[in-house]
Amino acid sequence: MSAVPKPRQPLRMMIVDDSNVMRRRIERSQQNDLLEVVATAVNGLDAVEKFKQLQPDVLTLDLTMPEMDGIECVEHIIKLKPDVLILVVSALADKATAVEAIEKGANGFLCKPFTDDQLNEALAELIGE
Amino acid sequence: MLDAEEVRTFVQGTVHFFETATGHPATVGSPYLCIDKSAVVQDYAGVIGISGNREGKVYFTAPRGMLSVMLMCMNETDTGEQNVRDLVGEVANTISGNARRDFGRNFIISTPTICDRTNAAQAAATTGRSFVIPINWRSYAANVVVCLQ
Repeated sequence: MSAVPKPRQPLRMMIVDDSNVMRRRIERSQQNDLLEVVATAVNGLDAVEKFKQLQPDVLTLDLTMPEMDGIECVEHIIKLKPDVLILVVSALADKATAVEAIEKGANGFLCKPFTDDQLNEALAELIGE
Repeated sequence: MLDAEEVRTFVQGTVHFFETATGHPATVGSPYLCIDKSAVVQDYAGVIGISGNREGKVYFTAPRGMLSVMLMCMNETDTGEQNVRDLVGEVANTISGNARRDFGRNFIISTPTICDRTNAAQAAATTGRSFVIPINWRSYAANVVVCLQ
């Protein structure tokens, strides 16, 4: 008798963006059953604090934010959990910024503005689905 | 001051934003130079400060009704004051951030400041002259204003 595969546990996701409209848009648009939004954060500092408590598996992360920007946030979070999956979601469309984010430890880059399909494709690719 | 190619960057960024974020295309009128130093501000404006290899500001200004409908097109059910202000800033941020594709990473953008008719002076051009890019979206008219040295 073949073993029944265990259902995969959803990965816990945090959305980090200083725009409430954008946080709600990402939460509403993401349709992946393997992702569960457990928190949102309004800037890098807020994200690091919430990350310490909740230890999510996946982050969507804006770059241009007050208090602490996204690049600095990546540096802090990678130290806390090196295997966290980070999708940078930013309007900064130059290649050098995307490269810097990836070099610091992010795993993907989605440029704003985006469609729902583009978001879901980027998240699926991020989690290796 | 901006040259024609640079103005095109903002025109293309604006068209791309509306098409992608709302699913409804915008048409862009002929950009014009605004010599008057007073700010072109409708109900709300999201203002982005520019520093680095260029100095100045970029802002997006729109009537409240247009921002509410944009939110609805983005499937947002809360069209209250906070989200309207948030959206006008996010549009300005996105159009400015996308411009780095052409201007490079030393085109440094600030987080948005939100103005309304009561504090429009904040949006007024402080240096150089402004290019006004008229936007028509559905039945609404808005502007992207670019003032760069």
